[in-house]
Amino acid sequence: MQKTKDEFVDTQVVQHPIECEAPNDQVANEPLISANIKYMVVGILFGIVFVKAEIISWYRIQEMFRLHSFHMYGVIGTAVVVGLISVLLIKRFSIKTMQGEKVVFHDKTFHWGNVIGGLMFGLGWAITGACPGPLFAQIGSGFLVVIVTLLSAIAGTWVYGLLRDKLPH
Amino acid sequence: MLETIQQPWPWYVAGALIGLTVPALLLLGNKHFGVSSSLRHICAACIPGNISFFKYDWKKEVWNLFFVAGVLFGGLIATQWLSNPAPIVVSEKTVAALQVLNIETDNQLMPASIFSFNNLFTIRGLLFFVVGGFMVGFGTRYAGGCTSGHAIMGLSNLQWPSLVATCCFMVGGFVMVHLIFPWLMTL
Repeated sequence: MQKTKDEFVDTQVVQHPIECEAPNDQVANEPLISANIKYMVVGILFGIVFVKAEIISWYRIQEMFRLHSFHMYGVIGTAVVVGLISVLLIKRFSIKTMQGEKVVFHDKTFHWGNVIGGLMFGLGWAITGACPGPLFAQIGSGFLVVIVTLLSAIAGTWVYGLLRDKLPH
Repeated sequence: MLETIQQPWPWYVAGALIGLTVPALLLLGNKHFGVSSSLRHICAACIPGNISFFKYDWKKEVWNLFFVAGVLFGGLIATQWLSNPAPIVVSEKTVAALQVLNIETDNQLMPASIFSFNNLFTIRGLLFFVVGGFMVGFGTRYAGGCTSGHAIMGLSNLQWPSLVATCCFMVGGFVMVHLIFPWLMTL
């Protein structure tokens, strides 16, 4: 017997590309522009915070890795605590999404990329003064040369995709 | 009010707002906080080649591209209308350490002596923009996430592989700043 679409809502699992780390777990389909604008608004607020707390500053990253300032540790630490409490509350009270769906959480599986890739990213982070989020905010702030860094980061991601099967995981 | 906003924001305000991004994205539509995935979606949308890693329905994940476009606009808005007129305050110890390496601390968010188009075709430019960017892109995807996906989203969800990854990010950064960077600046 054919099930109706509604019966699927709570049990259906969204199909993801292999190891998509920031997945969209929403079952309901959304219109392309109107539904996604809200994520752009969250992004805009996020970008403003980046600039206003000077997180996108190359100097702040230098200070962090030289242990000359508490600022970055304070920012990341507070973000983790607030995120942790939010996730606990969502789980504890089974808070649903705006579409009334159950919030899905994924367990991450350890692989050696966490270590090797992590070290590589750390080296790049310290030299460019940016993780991927701040790259976008730096470009928006008028440091247009960072477009080259971004293109290079896209190239790095592409080469990873190419070599993926040959790398230790 | 505007004057308060124009001041640099303290770490606890910024940290709390960034932390709130996690529930905001989850509750707006079951989206998981993570920025570096956008780079993969850009590959999948523009240059998938014949690589299985990029063959998926990127349109399903398009929210992530809207999000990072927002981050770019946010940077623009904050710099144009909310920015602090005073020069950036950098720790004196860092200023001194950078001076030893011949990097002048200027009033901007990033040292103009490095991050300018004039440097693009120099060895230094190649290292800072091209090699640095490549390591960020390759490293984050290999690690399975960046500061947002692992350090914030992963730790918020108590994932120990994310803790391992976060520690490795930090180790890489310390090694670069203390061991490799001084050498790079002599090139």
